[in-house]
Amino acid sequence: MDSRSTPDQADASRRAFLKSTLALGGAGLAVAAGTRTAAAEGDPKITELQDWNRYLGPGVDAAPYGLPSEFEKDVVRRDVPWLTADATSSVNFTPLHALDGIITPNGLCFERHHGGVAEIPPQDHRLMINGLVDRPMVFTMEDLYRFPRENRVYFLECAANTGMEWRGAQLNGCQYTHGMVHCVMYTGTPLRNLLNEAGLKSSGKWLLAEGADASAMTRSIPMEKALDDCLVAWKMNGEALRSEQGYPVRLVVPGWEGNMWVKWLRRLEVGDQPWEQREETSKYTDLLADGKARKFTFQMEVKSVITAPSPQAPVTHGKGRTVITGLAWSGNGTIRRVDVSLDGGRNWHAARIDPQSFPKAVHRFYYDFDWDGSELLLQSRAMDEKGFVQPTKEALRKVRGANSIYHNNGIQTWHLKTDGALENVEVS
Amino acid sequence: MSKFRKLAFLAGLFGATLAAHAQDTAKKAEAAEGPVTDAALSTDARAGSRLGLGRVATPDEVAAWDIDVRPDGKGLPVGKGTVSDGETIFAEQCASCHGDFGEGRDRWPQLAGGFDTLTRDRPVKTVGSYWPYLSTVYDYVHRAMPFGNARSLSNDDVYALTAYVLYLNDIETDEDFELSNENFTAVTMPNAGTFVPDDRAEEQHYKDDADPCMTDCKPGPVKITMHAQVLDVTPEGGGDESGPAGGSVD
Repeated sequence: MDSRSTPDQADASRRAFLKSTLALGGAGLAVAAGTRTAAAEGDPKITELQDWNRYLGPGVDAAPYGLPSEFEKDVVRRDVPWLTADATSSVNFTPLHALDGIITPNGLCFERHHGGVAEIPPQDHRLMINGLVDRPMVFTMEDLYRFPRENRVYFLECAANTGMEWRGAQLNGCQYTHGMVHCVMYTGTPLRNLLNEAGLKSSGKWLLAEGADASAMTRSIPMEKALDDCLVAWKMNGEALRSEQGYPVRLVVPGWEGNMWVKWLRRLEVGDQPWEQREETSKYTDLLADGKARKFTFQMEVKSVITAPSPQAPVTHGKGRTVITGLAWSGNGTIRRVDVSLDGGRNWHAARIDPQSFPKAVHRFYYDFDWDGSELLLQSRAMDEKGFVQPTKEALRKVRGANSIYHNNGIQTWHLKTDGALENVEVS
Repeated sequence: MSKFRKLAFLAGLFGATLAAHAQDTAKKAEAAEGPVTDAALSTDARAGSRLGLGRVATPDEVAAWDIDVRPDGKGLPVGKGTVSDGETIFAEQCASCHGDFGEGRDRWPQLAGGFDTLTRDRPVKTVGSYWPYLSTVYDYVHRAMPFGNARSLSNDDVYALTAYVLYLNDIETDEDFELSNENFTAVTMPNAGTFVPDDRAEEQHYKDDADPCMTDCKPGPVKITMHAQVLDVTPEGGGDESGPAGGSVD
């Protein structure tokens, strides 16, 4: 069908009914039709003996560290080569469209490096604390493992997530538009425990965190946040951090932009003012329409996206029972509510959140409905525990212009067409 | 309920929860206080009680890693370099990516120019047009450049390169200009002072949306105003040119 057609929602259902009737023998409903035929004649997958019913599979030693089924080989991180000059200072995207629940598998967590992946033997890694402290300290990994531990589930969202969409619909799939986010359980020790070992001077108001990789990533963090809920973490989802996530140790800055979660963390310096480093002046500052730029925009705002159906996860079952699912998150804490619209924001329905999730973690939502086969404009809108409601992109552009690059939490629209395909669009 | 009364109400609730939690924690701590031993205390990292982990860093170790520089000049090493020294080093070490005049080759970052473009449709954000502090230039070049061979430049090299980047941006016009730790903080960048604090939470749309509309929220039919497929810049998956975006699950 013509993807440029403008759906007039008033007569969309009539038109869509005609189209879906025409599509009945076509590719859109081939799966449903095939299943029905098989059922009538007896499904050979049942009536005939299959190889896996008869022959032995691999033994227990076949995969000392297991990988997903070969049938899931398309569920991988992907990048967009034209986004950056070089793959070593670049980003790839979590395949949100194929995942469920709230925990991102370690191997699928998106990557963002500024100097490639540092491979650091843990016995060679050191963490230094210096600056306005009673005594500058050095810790080995062995030392860190002896600190009291906490386990916390948090989302990590790149400040630039959805940044390519500021000017309008550009990339076709939630992996690309929203996939610079992941959510795992971190094991580590509260940052305040380390600072306490060095002894904070009362003049210490800011903390500089620095990475050991070739970009020597640095960010200034207000001491209030550092002492509140930041973690120095060495495990994710129960196992050691992946190299690309900062092995052997990274900073966890709950609810705040991913750039501050310094990987391969090697140094913490206490100071009485921010350092104004490259990553908080040239980058991670948000240009406004009047030429001024916001700085220190640390917090990630309330946000959501429907992950399926979406352009990479079309509806293949035809009309009838349909599950809409997605993610919602906020740097303010928990998500209180997610609403779903099928008609581009004219009418909204409360979605179901499952499981009840954690503050500053992603929340999984579902909206189950009967699809009549008509064109729909799918949207989700999250509200967080502080009462902040996810804005439209139009509302954001009205106050910020289109050149902020970072912090685009606008409502996403997917155009579901009668054949079950979806497209990233913007609506009036 | 107005947005702000609602927020205040929520804040009150939240505060009460916190207070209750704090009380609870205090009670637990009190209960645990009885038979507490020195060994038990040493696993409790409450403020003031150190665990005795790690060791004191030596001055040489701190000096080796602490190379950061602040806008007020704190952290600058002793040293100096001229614009002409910088031009030579830049040609050898930097121009292959950033261009002879800091114009940026291919997709590599442009370092100079772009003045008066920040309010345009396509702003050009460079050291000259955007960066607020010269300290960031010194610090970043010293810690992370050249890309792929970081920390290979001497302190004087970095002073010279910083002077040359000022020259490329017409902030310093004298080829004989020498930048040093002595005169460094006298340089003011053109875009200093245009950075403002984060006030996103005060934006009107957040205030307006306290109680979002649920039914008949827009007059008339909703129109599609933009399509991603028209732009068609998403990588394709599996070599299937006609298929949906890369990573399709079907």
